[in-house]
Amino acid sequence: MQRKNRLGRVYLVIVFLVLYLPILYLIYFSFSSGSTMNTFKNFTWANYRTLFADTRLIQIVLQTLLLALLSSLIATVVGTMGALGIAASKRTSTRNLMLSLNNVLMVSPDVIIGASFLILFTMLGISLGFGSVLASHIAFSIPIVVLMVLPRIQEMDHALIDAAYDLGASAPQVLNRVILPFITPGIVAGYFMAFTYSLDDFAVTFFVTGNGFATLSVEIYSRARQGISLEINALSALMFVFALLLVLIYFFIQVHQSNRTKRNKQKARNAA
Amino acid sequence: MNTTAKRIYYIPYMLWILLFVIAPVALIVYQSFFNLDHQATIQNYVTYLTSSTYLRMTLNSFWYAFLITLFTVLISYPAALFLNQLKHKDFWLLLIILPTWINLLLKAYAFIGIFAQNGSVNQFLGFIGIGPKQILFTDFSFIFVATYIEIPFMILPIYNAIAEIDPALLTASRDLGATNWQTLIRVILPLTRKGITAGVQAVFIPSLSLFMLTRLIGGNRVITLGTAIEEHFLTTMNWGMGSTIGVVLIIMMFISMALTGEHKRKRKEIDTGATKE
Amino acid sequence: MKKLMSFFIAIVAACLLLTVGIKRLESAQGDSSAKTLNLFNWGDYIDPALIKKFEKETGYQVNYETFDSNEAMLTKIQQGGTSYDLAVPSDYTIEKMKKEHLLLPLDKKQIKGLGNIDPSFMNKSFDPDNRYSIPYFWGTLGIIYNDKFVKADQIQHWRDLWNPEFAHSIMLVDSARDILGFSLVKNGDSMNTRSRAQVTRAKDDLDKLAPNVKAIVADEIKMYMIQNEAKIAVTWSGEASEMLSNNSHLHYVVPTEGSNLWFDNLVIPKTAKHFKAIYAFLNFMLRPENAKQNALYVGYATPNDKAKALLPKDVRNDKQFYPPTDTIGKLQVYEDLGLKTVGMYNDLFLEFKMHRS
Repeated sequence: MQRKNRLGRVYLVIVFLVLYLPILYLIYFSFSSGSTMNTFKNFTWANYRTLFADTRLIQIVLQTLLLALLSSLIATVVGTMGALGIAASKRTSTRNLMLSLNNVLMVSPDVIIGASFLILFTMLGISLGFGSVLASHIAFSIPIVVLMVLPRIQEMDHALIDAAYDLGASAPQVLNRVILPFITPGIVAGYFMAFTYSLDDFAVTFFVTGNGFATLSVEIYSRARQGISLEINALSALMFVFALLLVLIYFFIQVHQSNRTKRNKQKARNAA
Repeated sequence: MNTTAKRIYYIPYMLWILLFVIAPVALIVYQSFFNLDHQATIQNYVTYLTSSTYLRMTLNSFWYAFLITLFTVLISYPAALFLNQLKHKDFWLLLIILPTWINLLLKAYAFIGIFAQNGSVNQFLGFIGIGPKQILFTDFSFIFVATYIEIPFMILPIYNAIAEIDPALLTASRDLGATNWQTLIRVILPLTRKGITAGVQAVFIPSLSLFMLTRLIGGNRVITLGTAIEEHFLTTMNWGMGSTIGVVLIIMMFISMALTGEHKRKRKEIDTGATKE
Repeated sequence: MKKLMSFFIAIVAACLLLTVGIKRLESAQGDSSAKTLNLFNWGDYIDPALIKKFEKETGYQVNYETFDSNEAMLTKIQQGGTSYDLAVPSDYTIEKMKKEHLLLPLDKKQIKGLGNIDPSFMNKSFDPDNRYSIPYFWGTLGIIYNDKFVKADQIQHWRDLWNPEFAHSIMLVDSARDILGFSLVKNGDSMNTRSRAQVTRAKDDLDKLAPNVKAIVADEIKMYMIQNEAKIAVTWSGEASEMLSNNSHLHYVVPTEGSNLWFDNLVIPKTAKHFKAIYAFLNFMLRPENAKQNALYVGYATPNDKAKALLPKDVRNDKQFYPPTDTIGKLQVYEDLGLKTVGMYNDLFLEFKMHRS
C-alpha cells in the first residue's frame, strides 16, 4: 500500500503539472515587456499598470464574475430540483427521455444554441442585455448540474428515506434533513461546473448580449483580430491568483474546523 | 413524498426544458427543412447523406471524440482514485477545477507557444539531443489539448462516485483476501460505473462538436461536425444546412444516451425505492 | 444542510458586493443615459484615449460593444434588440446589409471633413457615392515571408507559392474567398467570379498546393509567424503590420498581378437612435489629428489623407502598407456574390481542407 501511495503521488504531481503548465506560461509572460507570448523580453509591471488603468476591462471582469456566480447559483437550484424529479419518476423510459432532453444543450454546438436563443428572445420580445445573458447562462448550465447531482441521488440508500418517513418526518423534512445533506457534494460539484461553463462561454453570450453588456470572453475573442495584448495575460494572472487565494482560505478554514472538532471530541472524551 | 410536493419543485425544471430545450430544438428542426431561398425542402438532408465530404467528416468527428474520451477516462480515473486517498481531498479537487477558469483561447495560445517550432518542448527535445519535431498541427497535439481541456470534467464525476463508496466494502474485500488490483476491478470499478457514464456523457458528446481547437491547434487538419456548423452559421449563413448537421448531432446524442443509459435490469431496484411513497 | 446554506449565502453576498462595485464604476464613468452612443466594433479597434477625448469634448457617453466577425455582427443587427448607433463592417458586408435594408443613408450635410478622405477610397462598388459608409481603415491581402528562410526574389507573385522548395511551410488564413481568390488571380480570373468552372479550377490548383501548406488558421497566424513557425503566410495587411513590428525578419508583399483591397467602414445601422451623437462622432473621427492618433494605435492604414500626412515618415512611406497607386489600381474589392455563390466558394474550400486531412 505504501508503495502504491507513492506511485499515486507521483502520478498526481504529473497531472497537476500538466494542468497548470499553460497557466504558468501565461503568467510568466504577463511580466514580459514584449507584446506577444513568444520570447520573454524584459521584466516589467507595465502590463499590470495598463490593466488597472483600463476601467472598461475591470468593469467587464466584475460583470463576468457577477454573471457566473448568479447564473450558476440559479442553475444549481433548478438543476438539483430537476435531478430529484428525474430520480423520482417511476418509469425507466421517462427517466431516459428526460435525461436525453437534458443533454440536448450539451451536444448542440454553442453557435446553434446562441443563434436559436437569439431568435427565441426576439420572438418573445425580451430586450437583450444582462437579463437575456443571465437566462441563457442558466439555461446551458442546468444540464451539467443534473449530470453531477443525479448519480449521487441514485446512489442513495432508499432505506434511509423510508426510515425517515417511518419515523414520521414530513416530505420537506426528509428533503432538508436526509436527501440534501447526502447529495451536497454533488450539488457543490455541479455549482463549480456551472461556474466554469459560464466563465468559458463565448458564442452563446455573444449572440444574446446587447445594450452595452459584455463579458470577458466576448471581449477577448473580439480582440483576437488585432492580437491579444499581454494586458489580458496580466488579468488572467490576477484572476488566477485571486481564485487560488479563495481556495487556500477555504482550505485553512476546513483544517481549522476539523482541528476544532477533533479537539472538542478530545475534550468531551477527557470530561467523560 | 406526496405527488403535489414533487410536482412543485419539478416545475422550474420542466419550464426550462420547454423554453430552452424543446423550443430551440423545434426551431433547429424547422430551419433544417429550408434552403437558401427559404423554400421548404428536404434537400439539406439529401446533401448530408449523399455527400462524401459530410460523411467523412462525421466519421472523423466520431473517431476523434472517441479517442479524446478514451484518453480522458484513462488519465482521469487513476487521478480521481489517488485524489480520494489524499488528506483534504476537497481542496485538491478544487485545484483540479481551477485551471478551467482561465479563458480557453488564452490557454490555446499558451499551448501554441509551448508546442511551437521554437517552443519550450522543442527546446527541451533539442537540449536532450532528439532535435526539434513538428508537434503543432498533428493529431497528437490536437488530441492532447482536447484531452487537457476535458480532464476536469471527467475527474469530477468519477471522484464523486469513488468518494461515495462505503470504506467498509473495501475493508471487507481486503479481509476476504483480495489484492489491491482485485479490489479495484471487482469492487471499485463496478461501483463507480455511474460516475464514469456521467463523465463520458459530459466529454464525448461535446467532443463531437469541437471547433475552436481544430483550427487553433489542429491547423484545420482535423475537421469535425462542429467546424462545419460554425461555418454554415457564421460564414455561408446557410442556417438550414447548419441546422441539419445540428439535428444529426442531436440524434447521435439520443443514440449514445440510449447506449450508455440505464437498462431494464436496473429497473426493479430503483422502482422499489420510488414507489414507497 | 448548514454547509450548503452557508455556501449559497456566501455566493449571494459576493454577488451583492460585485453589484455595488459595478454601480460604482458606472457612476465613475458618468451616466446620463439620454446622451449615449452605442458603438459596435471589432475588439480593440479604436484608441480608448480617443473615446475618452470624445466623451469629454461632447458629453456623450460611448457604449463600446465588440464583435469578432462580420457575419456574427450582421446576425445581431438583423435580429435587433440593441440600438446600435454605429457599426464597422467590411466592404462586402456593407453591400449585403444595404441589400437587406439594414443601413440608413448618411446625411452628408451634417458631416464635416469628408474631403479629408483620399478620393481613391471613395465611391467604391460596394457603396457608390458613399451613400451609406465612411472609410475607417483599409488594407490588402498579401504574402508574408521570413527572410531567415526565404529570399525576397523567391516570393513576389502568387504562383511562387507553388514552388516545391516550400514544402510544408505555408500558412493560409482560414477564409474561403481570400484563398480561392489568390488562386483565381493567379489564373488571371476575377476574385469576384461567379463561374463554377473558374472557381473549381482554382480549387484544383489549391489541391496541388496542399503539400506546401502547413496549416490553415485565423487570428493566431500572427503568433505563429512571429515565432518563426512557418516560412510563408498568406494573410491581410492589418495582421501583417502587427507581425512586422514584432519580428524584424518578416516582410509583406502585395503581388503586383493583383490582390484584394478591403475596407472597414463606419455605417449607421437601421437600429440607430442617437443621431446627434452619431454625427458628432463621425465628425470627430474624420478630424486629421484624431484619425492619425487612431491609425498609430491600431496600426492599420488610414484612408484619411490629411491624417496620413501627419504620420511619421517611416510609417507613411512604407510601401508594404501604403502601396504605390499603380498597384492599388490592380487590387479588387470583394462584391457580395449572394448566398448561393458564397456557399459554392465555401463548399469548395471545405473540400480543399478535407483534401489535406
